[in-house]
Amino acid sequence: MDVSQYLGIFIDETRGHLQELNEQILILEKEPENEDTINEIFRAAHSLKGMAGTMGYKRMQRLTHDMENVFSEIRNGKMKATPNLIDLLFRGLDALESYLDIIINTQDEGTEDNQDIIDGLQKVMEEGLGLSAGQPKEAPAPVPSAETSAPEGRHLVLAEHELLAAQKAKEEGDNIFEITVFIQPSCILKAARAFLVFKALEEAGDIIKSVPEVQDIEDEKFDFDFSMVLLTKKPQEEIRTAILNVSEIKDVVIAPANLAQGGQAAVPAPVPAGETPAAPASEVPQANEPSAPAPAGEAAPVQAAAAQAQAAPAAKQTQAPAQSKAPAKAAVNRSVRVDIEKLDDLMNLVSELIIAKNGLVSMNGDGEMTARDSSFNEQIEYLERVTTNLHQSVMKVRMVPIESVVNRFPRMIRDLSKKLGKKMDLYMTGEDTELDRTVIDEIGDPLMHLLRNAADHGLETNEERVRLGKQEVGSIFLDAYQEGNNVVIEVRDDGAGINVEKVKQKALARGTITEEQAEAMTDKEIIDLLFRPSFSTAEVISDVSGRGVGLDVVKTKIEALGGNIETRSVLGEGSNFIIRLPLTLAIIETLMVELGNEKYAIPLGSIETIEDIALDDVKYVQNKEVISLRGSVIPLIRLDQVLDVEHTGEEPASLTVVIVKKGDKLAGLIVDNLIGQLEIVIKSIGKYINNSKLISGATILGDGEIALILDVNVLV
Amino acid sequence: MDEKKNEELESKQYIIVKLGSEQYGIDIQYVDNIVRMQRVTRVPKAQPYFKGVINIRGEVIPVMSLRIKFGLEPDEFKNATRILIIKIEPQAAIGMIVDEVKEVITLSADNIDKATSGNDEKSLYLSGVGKQPNGLVSLLNIPAVVVDRDSAM
Repeated sequence: MDVSQYLGIFIDETRGHLQELNEQILILEKEPENEDTINEIFRAAHSLKGMAGTMGYKRMQRLTHDMENVFSEIRNGKMKATPNLIDLLFRGLDALESYLDIIINTQDEGTEDNQDIIDGLQKVMEEGLGLSAGQPKEAPAPVPSAETSAPEGRHLVLAEHELLAAQKAKEEGDNIFEITVFIQPSCILKAARAFLVFKALEEAGDIIKSVPEVQDIEDEKFDFDFSMVLLTKKPQEEIRTAILNVSEIKDVVIAPANLAQGGQAAVPAPVPAGETPAAPASEVPQANEPSAPAPAGEAAPVQAAAAQAQAAPAAKQTQAPAQSKAPAKAAVNRSVRVDIEKLDDLMNLVSELIIAKNGLVSMNGDGEMTARDSSFNEQIEYLERVTTNLHQSVMKVRMVPIESVVNRFPRMIRDLSKKLGKKMDLYMTGEDTELDRTVIDEIGDPLMHLLRNAADHGLETNEERVRLGKQEVGSIFLDAYQEGNNVVIEVRDDGAGINVEKVKQKALARGTITEEQAEAMTDKEIIDLLFRPSFSTAEVISDVSGRGVGLDVVKTKIEALGGNIETRSVLGEGSNFIIRLPLTLAIIETLMVELGNEKYAIPLGSIETIEDIALDDVKYVQNKEVISLRGSVIPLIRLDQVLDVEHTGEEPASLTVVIVKKGDKLAGLIVDNLIGQLEIVIKSIGKYINNSKLISGATILGDGEIALILDVNVLV
Repeated sequence: MDEKKNEELESKQYIIVKLGSEQYGIDIQYVDNIVRMQRVTRVPKAQPYFKGVINIRGEVIPVMSLRIKFGLEPDEFKNATRILIIKIEPQAAIGMIVDEVKEVITLSADNIDKATSGNDEKSLYLSGVGKQPNGLVSLLNIPAVVVDRDSAM
């Protein structure tokens, strides 16, 4: 049997639980007495353990088990959440995360036992409870079955050859057990559990028979119990532990099979034919006997029911679900898991639809209007509304709150704070801001870089802060919000700010810029030097940051996503890194413009205004054309020259200028004509054409013609 | 029977195209489609042999001029001019403009001479020479034609 089909779910859910644990333990650190938190933690840890067990990840299960024990003691009020313990728990979570990473890559949990963490947890438990070693182990034993009936072993009839094998084993001194395993009725992956039981037993010995057949068990054709006959050299207790280590096993009944009880010694050469019917009769009481060690405290009526062998599972079925998984039910929300590829397909189809719609619109545009045309027009407008809504809905489906990325940051800042010996707090807002799934996947690392930078370089040491009259505890802010068609994420700190002079000196020392260049550069341009490859101003290269691989990578990544990053910094007051990202990557609003007889699209997001400028108003600064607009001087870019457009007609008396912005830098693009606003679908022009990145893509217009999309970031 | 199969295995089909006065064979397995000349949208600052991009059933496909790539005089678009849509990889199609598409021929392996070791640019684009009843035909090494040697250097 194969559990790999559940791997995806396992990975997703484990991630969720780990995140939950991280968050809750952070709260616990601040409020050690918070009962809700402790309960949440316990619940998450318990589910995690169960899942790891199901999938057969023993090391992972063991670690979670020990962590769960600790939580359980805290919950029972027997222990306190000391800082020491919290550290240990976080280390445990990290270890679990690394198990998960290994599992994602190799489908196996690897070989790291993390014994030191487990030992640490044991020690904390012993100290906390004031007990001697060994005892705490018993407390919340891995038996998830302090409930319901005393189950009963099923009796197995051995076939001739099986009996022979059994007797041969017996002669060799093996134990022969009849084992009946009861799975919790709430268990969803029965077959998976059974598989794990089989796996565990096969390590211990040989299974010579099972009821139902192995194939049926794999196909989940069984109730909540199954039985087998095992030949093993191991003692009964060891087998029991092995089975109970598989989670969601309610109970197990092990009885020595008595095929030889009466006969073996006396009749060394058994007569199989006669033996077979005899064995069952003598075994019935045997099987009943082991029900005694089953957990005490169950209701009497249940026990009575259990006396009738097969009635027991039925009784359990009705009882248990209410008890075991009740808390998990609360989290049910009405959602469907969809493969991202299916969403991409859907998106492509919507794109095609928009192209077709644009085709209809443009067909309708020419020619005179007749009465028929006007109703046609109405229908087209209706179609337009529907496609726009459809597009928005599909986009919305692909949107994921940024929370899924940023929720790991509080934990990171906490660790950094400890590591760097600086007190700091992270304040986050706008976690519910949504971004396209593809963007979300990529934005995590850049943000992490920026936060690390803020913690390491941005914030001063606590003493320094006190000396400067600032609050001792440094603050880092992460704000996300939507602004037009962009999402803005700001990473801010109230630290020292960027020392422009220092950056300049460094750049000079490295030969990044010359003396003359340095003179001419504005502060802003100098700050932008930080985004050059391998440029780090940290004097000490620390574990956290300062290797100079940070900011340039951040910038490249963000630009690859179609966004940009801007830096604002005030010396002594802090820095602010502002990231702007497009909401979506596939469909954008653009302004269509004409140059000669070619059409180009300029993304609306980067357009500030459109101006009509008289030729006389064009001034020259350092031989470059500029215009003065509402107090600011804006350089002009003659697109027809940049794009080698063939010129038709004579120079007009006034220029149509599209003012675009990149960060807070403005530029005016001179175009021949404005066509209008259009929602377009971005298509790649393929990898074969290289054109110095001026063109970021192409789109197909309604009449089938292609228009190219200008990349404003490269132009300006 | 067996012999025939073998022969079929070793023989390949080529599309014969005309560029100026010369004929070239293009391995049919690379050819996705053949379309009439259509409006090509110029892409500024692209390599000179790229005429631009065209729209084939909703896909934007770059189009190169084999004439310019091979150093012949620029294309004159006539009624017979065609664009061969070549697909080397599934997601990356490319169009090639030719003067005329003539026919499809089948060449068995022993009718193909492997490329001679010429050093001029044009011979890099050839994979061999095919012999057929009415003359010789140069067989194009399509992957080499598509690869941008200037940017590789």
